[in-house]
Amino acid sequence: MLTALMSDIHGNREAFEACLADARTRAVERYVFLGDYVGYGADPDFVVDTVARFVEDGAVALLGNHDAAVFGTGDDMNAFAAQAIDWTRTRLDAAQIEFLRRLPLTAEEDDRLLVHANGWAPEGWGYITGPVEAERSMRRTAARLTFCGHVHVPAVYWMTPRSPAVPFAPVAGVRIPLLASRRWLAVVGAVGQPRDGEPAACYALLHERDGTLTYVRVPYDVDAAARKIIAAGLPERLAARLYRGA
Amino acid sequence: MVRPLAPGQVVGGFRLEELLHRGGMALLWRVTHPAHDPLPMIMKVPIIGYGEGAGAIVGFEVEEMILRRLSGPHVPRFVAAQLAEQPYLVMERIPGPSLLPLVEKAPLPAAEVAALGAKVALALHDLHRQHVIHFDVKPSNVMMRESGEAVLIDFGLSRHDQLPDLLAEEARLPVGTAPYISPEQVLGHRRDPRSDLFALGAMLYLFATGQRPFGNPQHSRRALRRRLYQDPVPPRALDPSFPPWLQEIILRLLERDPEMRYATGAQAAFDLAHPKEVRLTERADRMNKPPLGTVIGRWFKSFIPPEQAPQPTLAGRLAAAPIVMAAVDLAPDMQELADALRVIVRRILEIEPKARLACVNVLKVPRIGIDFGEDEQGRSLHLQRLLELKHWARPLGLPEERVTCTVVESPDPAAALVDYARQVKADHIVIGARGTSALRRYLGSVSSQVVAEAPCNVTVVRTRVEVEELGRSLGETLAPAGEGMAGGPS
Repeated sequence: MLTALMSDIHGNREAFEACLADARTRAVERYVFLGDYVGYGADPDFVVDTVARFVEDGAVALLGNHDAAVFGTGDDMNAFAAQAIDWTRTRLDAAQIEFLRRLPLTAEEDDRLLVHANGWAPEGWGYITGPVEAERSMRRTAARLTFCGHVHVPAVYWMTPRSPAVPFAPVAGVRIPLLASRRWLAVVGAVGQPRDGEPAACYALLHERDGTLTYVRVPYDVDAAARKIIAAGLPERLAARLYRGA
Repeated sequence: MVRPLAPGQVVGGFRLEELLHRGGMALLWRVTHPAHDPLPMIMKVPIIGYGEGAGAIVGFEVEEMILRRLSGPHVPRFVAAQLAEQPYLVMERIPGPSLLPLVEKAPLPAAEVAALGAKVALALHDLHRQHVIHFDVKPSNVMMRESGEAVLIDFGLSRHDQLPDLLAEEARLPVGTAPYISPEQVLGHRRDPRSDLFALGAMLYLFATGQRPFGNPQHSRRALRRRLYQDPVPPRALDPSFPPWLQEIILRLLERDPEMRYATGAQAAFDLAHPKEVRLTERADRMNKPPLGTVIGRWFKSFIPPEQAPQPTLAGRLAAAPIVMAAVDLAPDMQELADALRVIVRRILEIEPKARLACVNVLKVPRIGIDFGEDEQGRSLHLQRLLELKHWARPLGLPEERVTCTVVESPDPAAALVDYARQVKADHIVIGARGTSALRRYLGSVSSQVVAEAPCNVTVVRTRVEVEELGRSLGETLAPAGEGMAGGPS
């Protein structure tokens, strides 16, 4: 089974379509969406509809903090993000908001935990930015593998029962063996708003047959996505950061 | 629960034939498998003590992870592996002993040490090219194929630049073997391929002098710290007749600062294979260890943590230190082309300050006949060519250690150039193309044959051809209707 793990699409239609097209050429059999379909980008409705169609076909989709903000308060967000969420609410119909409201915070399948932010308090949206948080998350789940998003920077951590978590910066296109003797946590990077200095969209592929994980970088039409953000009257900064991948 | 293994037992389809070796960490079995005949194979089975978990076999996991991603003549071929239940790793069995028995025979003649060193350096270069640093280069981990290539074995301490470094979990002691470990490894740095070159230097020192450069210290943090400030006794202090060029190479490999060593295995191999071309520095003359004051100063400095600059990737390091081969045509009527070639070579060297230039000229000799180099006339012709080649390279203003000049004798210039590029592991060939005459295209030029067969990048240099001339030349071979080529004169 070849599974595509996509997170933090953030209303970026161009990046999302590019990743889906890429996944099709790789004969992906299953899709997992780790949350944050909306916010920042200009096409939240398209992204939500597309994800909903995938869910009908058996895909897993989880709730992200920006999705929750659409039907919640969003009062813990920074000004730009909050502004984008206010705008997003005007673009979604009741059915689309209801779809977001019904999304679960976590999913477990086989030896895997799927979650948007972290494994210790999924609804608290705490970030995993280093080995300390990664270990905290891994220790709070029985699952051997944790896949999450939320940070927008691809990262892998692993640990043994006797040793602390060790960070690893994945190299795109290289199969990383998720050795069975260890626990692993992978931050799959962001489809719609990468922040690791590389503007290309990012997602990950899990090859269940040999237990390896591959990060994929997909160049997309940043110009088009950025133009739409500006045309929608959203903060210019949200467009500019797409070019920098930061 | 792991059962004891016995001959005749079948593990993962492999039949255990004979227990070859029982080490502290693993058993080595000779195995057979009908599907893999006639490849001779060994199976490595880690020894897991009672109650020990996965961590006990971390070296085994590392080797399994890395070996299956390696290929080529300088590593044993990976066959199969399993980490669950009964863990095992099956690989090609390299016949013959390792270099360990040679230690007994040391000191070995300088030429033998250099030949051996060049082979190991090329094997390391090939490993580094595949994103892997060995980190445990020593005589018992190097074997020789019957075909002559050095083979590196035991990747239990190795690191793949693009994969998680499982040994990062083991923060207890420096990872390596005490007599060969580099200063940066002592500090726990596991990013620099030149650590392997340091170990190569320690090994060559041992083969050439019969002594270990730093003795045989205990594997304790305290004993190993001496590596941070200690210099080896120069081989010429032990034996004044020791060749200066070999001392130069060995002491350069053993520099405490990786920046001062050779940039790549290929560059070290180049010097080891061309003793006459080695540029001698102060290292070659060194007869004493540095004064005590210097060592004490270094000792103090060794407690200051070095600045952690961003580390380039392994591929980046190799790419920044290429071997550029200039194939120079010295025929009198090719002066202009030779000048054009030098312009391009200069440009390439300016971009890559760590690049090394190998200038080559082919002295064409008759296919049949007596050995050309034997008679007086032949020798003087060879020497004359060499002088001309050096003259060609001189305006580049390169320090001697960055440039070598070689004249190769062959009846087939293109084949000789391709051979030479293979031999020195050239990354980039720069060659001139003599012109565009129809006859040349019909017969095939040297440059086009080199482009077709080269094992690396090729840049073809041409002197500017005027449009009319090109059109005329093309017209000779194009359709008689005289249709001009697109963009040609109308």
